[in-house]
Order: sequence, then C-alpha cells, then structure tokens
Amino acid sequence: MLTKSQVEHVALLARLYLDDEEKERYTTQLTKILEYARNLDELNTSDVPPTAHVLPLQNVFRQDVVGPHLPAEEAIGNSPEQEDGFFKVPRVL
Amino acid sequence: MRAYESVIGLEVHVELKTNSKIFCHSSTAFGGKQNTHVCPVCLGLPGSLPVLNRQVVEYGIRVALALNCSVARFCKFDRKHYFYPDLPKNYQISQYDLPLSYDGYLDFETDDGCTHQCGIVRVHMEEDAGKLIHREEVGESPAYALVDYNRTGVPLLEIVSEPDIRSAEEARAYLTELKTVVQYTGVSDCKMEEGSLRCDANVSVRPRGSKELGVKTEIKNLNSFRAVHRALDYEIERQIALCKEGRRIVQETRSWDEAKGVTAPMRGKEEAHDYRYFPDPDLVPLVISPSWIESVRRDLPEPPDARRRRYQEQYGLSVYNARVLTGSRETAEYFEECVRLYSRPKTVANWVMGDLTRLLNAEQVEIQDCRVRPAQLAALMRLIDDGTISGKIAKVILEEMFASGKDPETVIREKDLVQITDAGAISGLIEEVLAGHPGPVADYRQGKGKALGFLVGQVMKATKGKANPAMVNDLLKQKLDEGK
Repeated sequence: MLTKSQVEHVALLARLYLDDEEKERYTTQLTKILEYARNLDELNTSDVPPTAHVLPLQNVFRQDVVGPHLPAEEAIGNSPEQEDGFFKVPRVL
Repeated sequence: MRAYESVIGLEVHVELKTNSKIFCHSSTAFGGKQNTHVCPVCLGLPGSLPVLNRQVVEYGIRVALALNCSVARFCKFDRKHYFYPDLPKNYQISQYDLPLSYDGYLDFETDDGCTHQCGIVRVHMEEDAGKLIHREEVGESPAYALVDYNRTGVPLLEIVSEPDIRSAEEARAYLTELKTVVQYTGVSDCKMEEGSLRCDANVSVRPRGSKELGVKTEIKNLNSFRAVHRALDYEIERQIALCKEGRRIVQETRSWDEAKGVTAPMRGKEEAHDYRYFPDPDLVPLVISPSWIESVRRDLPEPPDARRRRYQEQYGLSVYNARVLTGSRETAEYFEECVRLYSRPKTVANWVMGDLTRLLNAEQVEIQDCRVRPAQLAALMRLIDDGTISGKIAKVILEEMFASGKDPETVIREKDLVQITDAGAISGLIEEVLAGHPGPVADYRQGKGKALGFLVGQVMKATKGKANPAMVNDLLKQKLDEGK
C-alpha cells in the first residue's frame, strides 16, 4: 500500500497540485497499478537481460554537419511571453 | 599533522567542439543571437526525434582512452528529469547505469613534486542545458528570467573522479592535468573562463585514519582554477570547524561566492535529487566494436606525461622546462617542430619559453596563431650561430618577426642589422669613442674597471648594437691597455 506522503512526493515531482480528495483517489489507484505490475515478480527473469530498447536497432548515427535552424521568430513564436528574442519565464530562484 | 583529513571528488564537464549538437543539426558555434541556433529537436518540440552525432562518440572514446578507462561494449542514453527552464524537455538526455566508459585513472603531480593517482569512475556523454538570465524585480514588475536555448544540446562529457583527492592543492593539480590531457586529445578547448570546462566538487572531512566517509557537500559555481582551490580550502575549514564544535554537517549543494570568498547553501533545483532516470526510448543503444576503439587508440597523440618524460630523457631538459613546454599540445608541437629543424633543444627551449612566450603573452596570441613559424625561429637561431647577428640583436629581430611575420633574413636586410665583425671597422669606432670620452678612459687607466663597461656601451651604441660584443670588448681592452 502506498502512503499518502509518497503520492504527495510523486505529485510534487510531476508538478501536479492535488486536493485531498484527489490524493486519496490516486493513492488507491496507484497502489492497484503497482500491485498489478508486481505480477511480473512471479516470473524468474534472472537469465533475461534488461531491455534497453524495444526495437532491434543499434548505432543509429548522424554525421557532424550543421543543418538549417528555425527562424528566430518561429523558434519563440509559440511562447506565452517573450522579450528581445528570449523566452520570458517567471522567476526561478 | 592535522587531526582531520578532507576527501574530495571532482565532477568535470567538458564541452566538445563538434560542429553540430549531440542530437540534432543545430550549430554549436558561440556568439549567435539568442535562440537562433535551435531546431525542433533541441527545443524539445513534440514529434521531433533525437539522432546521435557520431563524432560525439568518437570524441568520448578518445577522452576515455586518454584517461585509461574501459570503453563499454554496450551503452545507452537515459532521461534525467527535473523542472527548470534551462531544459525545454523537462529532462536532460544523459547516461545513467550504462555509461560510455568507466574505471580509469589519472596520474598527476602537485607543486611539491609528489605524484598522485586519482581514479576515474566514469566518462559519459550528455547534452548541455540552455542559458538563463535572471532579472530582478523593478517597482511593480516582478522578477523574471530570460531563456536562450542556443547552448541546449551542445555535447558534453562528464568526467567523474573517485574521492581520491585529499586537499585543495591536489584538486587544483588534478584539474590542471585533466585539462591538459583532454586538450591533447583535441576534443575541447577546455577553457574554464569560457565555460568549456566546468567543475563541481564533492567534499567531506573525517578524522585522520578513519575509513568512514563524512557527510559531503557539493560545491558549484567554480569558474577558475583559483576558485577551485580557494573554495575547497574554505569549505574544508568550515566543515572541520563544525566537527570540532560537535555540530552536524548538512548534505547540501553550496555555491562559491568569489567576491565574498565563502560557500553558501544553494536552493535546490529538485527535491532530494529524485531524477527518475529511465532509458530514453527515442534513442537506440550504442554498441562499440573493439575495432572502433582500436582505431581511435591508434590516432591518439602522445599524452603529456609521456612527452614530459621524453623531453627530459631525449632532449636533456629540466623537469620544469619539460612541464612548461608540454603545457599544451600546441606548444609541444611548436617546440618539436623547431627541434626537428634546429638540433639544440635547450636553445630552442630558451627561445620558446623566454622571448617568444613573453611576446605571446604581451599580445595575447596563442602559439598556434603565432606569426613566427618554427622554421623561422630555427633560421633565427642559425643566424646567431654563424655570427650573422648577435644574440641581443636577435631579440630585436624576433620582435619584428612577431609583428610582421617576416623571415629573419628579410628583417636583417631591411633594417640593416648584420653584425659588424670587421675588426678594422670596429677599431675605427673605438678610436672615435676613446677620443670623445677622455674622462672614462682616464678612469679605466687608473684602475676603475667599471669604466670599461661604459665604453663598450658607447661603441655598441655607435653601431646601433650591431657590433659583435665580444670583439668590441677584446679590441677595446687591447687599445686601452696599449695606451697605459
């Protein structure tokens, strides 16, 4: 069973602001999800290498060549606020 | 012997000088207008996909080998999550449990001549974050930040040391050697002042002899070698003082304040370093073949420590001279090219470390951009040997060569600086000087040896320094003694 404080911690990490009712609900739901995933513990996976990627691909490279950039006005065009070509954001420190 | 010892590990970030970013085609060039070296990939726009720049792997292997690391046969990229506006995706692509390389070491020497070895935990690849400019609140308008993503996605190598370093001085020496070794591989400028080499330090203290590690702090904002030394000295003393008072050291990130000379707690980017790493599904794993590793190894230049030893053994240089001349690969290559063309290494060393370095420093020119090429310096030294010019005039000629890039022969011809070695001509000048300075002549003849120096100076002045000084000296003595 997950604790409420664990849910609060995960919510904080994800920048989700939950009210008390939501915290209760998600504690129950997340616990169920984790229990379901725990079914995998019944399998013996000691001989199975960890999966790094689901596709049978490796070493996909590009060459070190500079390509086109986004035009500056397009690059910041969707930002809610901008100033002098910069993205403008609320204070961070 | 002090009752406490410090335990230090350094995390160094080196910016790689590729043309394009690690996962996209955007330029890594410095100085572009804000948000002009960006594309959908490095801006983290939905639907864009990263593709690994092969050159980054190649450079990474070079550094790994130069630091005696094992290169992983199989590695992958992971997402490191944190929310901060310098990161448009809210995660940084880095390497977590399967890094590019691991288990290396670096030998280095402190100023007292002691050699040390520091283990290298790992060298891994990751992307750089963007740049934030903080704006204070003014009147009614609140504080805010401006974001430039030009640096976002520039390739970095993170080089993590073992906690094998025991003092601030050792940390400085380790970092100096690390910088030299990485510079030799040619993958980075490693300029701390420009941010292409950055260093964070983890430090703790413990009673001497104890095997247990104390609580550590991480120090950031170390922008120079001097800052690393000063910040660690400060932090070590701070922690020892807390221990002596029986107070607790808090595990935290602290920032070095250069102006105040103190470290102070930093507000964290994220709670408790919970980065929730997981494999980046947008990037496929990397498998590095032994033949790739070997081809990189074959192309590695001779490392600085081997070069230092060789300069002492092969060229008979002092430890100090060998150290200075191998300080950068460019200096070492310049020196060796000179030695190939002029076979007296000690003379070459004196010119390179003396007059040439003085000129380079005064004009802030890097040796690879120096207009005096090795062949020209070699020619200058030969002109001294064959008596065409004096050593003193050669210094004047070098200055002119440095300014104009001309050959020494050209400078000599244009400025009429060929050494006067004609005894007749010198004698004539000496007669004139003697006639013009009866006072000093009389002084000398009365046994005041100092007067000779004055008279030599007058003759040299009359020839604008071109007379062979030894000949002037001999002939002048001869004439003065004749008249006694």
